[in-house]
Amino acid sequence: MSSSNPITEVSPADAPERGAAGAAFGWALLASELVVLFRRRRTIAMLLALALIPILIAVAVRLSSNEVSAGQGPPFLDRITQNGLFVGITALVVAIPLFLPLTIGVAAGDTIAGEAGLGTLRYLLVAPAGRVRLLLVKFAGAAAFCLVATLTVVITGAIIGAILFPIGPVTLLSGDTISVADSVGRSLLIALYVTVSLLGLSAIGLFISTLTTVPVGAMAATIVVAVTAQILDALPQLAWLHPWLFSHYWLGFADILRQPILWDSFSDNALLQGGYILVFGALAYGRFATKDILS
Amino acid sequence: MSDHPHSDGLAIETLELTKRFGNQTVVNAVDLRVPRGAVYGFLGPNGSGKTTTIRMLLGLAGATSGRVRVLGEDMPSRLQQVLPRVGALVEGPAFYPFLSGSANLHRLDTADRFAPGRTRTARVAEALDRVGLSHAATKKVHAYSLGMKQRLGLANALLMPRDLLVLDEPTNGLDPQGTREVRNLVRSLAAGGATVFVSSHLLAEIEQVCTHAAVMSAGSLVASGTLDELRRVGQAFVRLRTPDVDIARGVLLRLGLAPTALDEQASATDVDAATGWTVSAPLTDRSVTPEGIVASLVAANVRVRGFVVDEASLEDRFVALTGEGFDVVQ
Repeated sequence: MSSSNPITEVSPADAPERGAAGAAFGWALLASELVVLFRRRRTIAMLLALALIPILIAVAVRLSSNEVSAGQGPPFLDRITQNGLFVGITALVVAIPLFLPLTIGVAAGDTIAGEAGLGTLRYLLVAPAGRVRLLLVKFAGAAAFCLVATLTVVITGAIIGAILFPIGPVTLLSGDTISVADSVGRSLLIALYVTVSLLGLSAIGLFISTLTTVPVGAMAATIVVAVTAQILDALPQLAWLHPWLFSHYWLGFADILRQPILWDSFSDNALLQGGYILVFGALAYGRFATKDILS
Repeated sequence: MSDHPHSDGLAIETLELTKRFGNQTVVNAVDLRVPRGAVYGFLGPNGSGKTTTIRMLLGLAGATSGRVRVLGEDMPSRLQQVLPRVGALVEGPAFYPFLSGSANLHRLDTADRFAPGRTRTARVAEALDRVGLSHAATKKVHAYSLGMKQRLGLANALLMPRDLLVLDEPTNGLDPQGTREVRNLVRSLAAGGATVFVSSHLLAEIEQVCTHAAVMSAGSLVASGTLDELRRVGQAFVRLRTPDVDIARGVLLRLGLAPTALDEQASATDVDAATGWTVSAPLTDRSVTPEGIVASLVAANVRVRGFVVDEASLEDRFVALTGEGFDVVQ
């Protein structure tokens, strides 16, 4: 530090001008958001719980003496004993309907309501964080959580699978066989697919989070929305509605396990999630941009 | 600017600022004029609309009607330009309990786009040092006492050099020692050229540091001005200690004052000069100066053993404006 009094390096009057030239967005807030999110004990506990899913599956399959026959249990379960690389995928299939939405509900529901509940929202806003910037940072944080949560399941699955089962070239749904390295790439691609799948729910959670100062309420509401969407998706009478449900493509990543990869479901899903992000992002903005912060 | 020719010298200016929640008017047509460089006391009992006003000054809440200008700029439209120059403590401190004191300040500092990351660590350390929290910098905030949180809140307001500090109840939860430190801090901030806008429901804490004050009651501004202006509105008393009670009363009567003997039974001869004041009169006519009174008394051969002008305390004025005890205007 060249100056003995660092505070005097910036005078308040010229601070805005400085910033206009330099920090246009101020990425430090995003970095801080990620650090606060992932250092938080609650986040770590949720990730540990997610990591337990593949471990439980792998250990259960390894310990059971009966051979799992094809079509029994969750998809891909029968393949685990032949190839450990399938543990992560199986765990993902198990986690998608409930465990992942549960953790995303907590992370996304907490975004604004959590800050409001602590009272830190007012201090962020008078800093000034900027309301739109704060929303963007919060959504980015929730999206990062989706990615990390999904990767936690896939990577833990790959590790425990490699420890307990043989690893080898993977036979795809299309009958082709791909190398181990290629299959790792496919696993990561599936993780990406699932991450994108969860962005719509994250946007809904962000919006709900702007409605309340009680984070638990926002979390619970987001989870209820996720469960409700899946129930509606299961009712054949509502078939017309199904393509519009954010959960409709959640388990639709089988196309990634074909050779060559079919990208249709990936793009359909991305388009749908993008629509949810736009709609609920706009709703969150409409609610939050002019909201009186009284917490 | 053209429509506010006189507002250049004001750190805060509000025009008919009003906030309604439903049909309840919480802040009613408040006109605040806070000169730059002032230490401005914002007084009022709990629930009088102080914090809501502060929230509108800082753009946290929108005004139902009226205008707000802070540091010469319209709020909230120029919020991004104004707030980096404003340090604030709003309705008590609030922090992430699972983070340490210094991690909390880091976090809030990143929210300010204009706060340079290069100096962040040094600035956080300096702000903590300034409020005497260096020893607890790495302690998690959930282990902080209320007083420590309050200091941390002040440190947050001081992370960057500021032109204006808005401190809502800064001494809340502090012990007398801490209260004195906050007063010293306010003085040093003002000495450094900053305007300090400090709210309190405890008048005594503010009276010692403020140059100006405004009093809120039930959402309306009921008085504002320099401390001297505020005091002058109140009643002053002259008190006199003398064995010559009757002559003294006569002199005061001639001057147009209405004296009362403090102890009607006490005769001129058996008054012990050490026991207290014997004549007192409300100083109703401000054209009568204290030195003029003394001169008249001496000229009339009154043995003046003690003479004092008791200005009404701001406390009396405050209570007169806002009501007493729990019986405050709602």
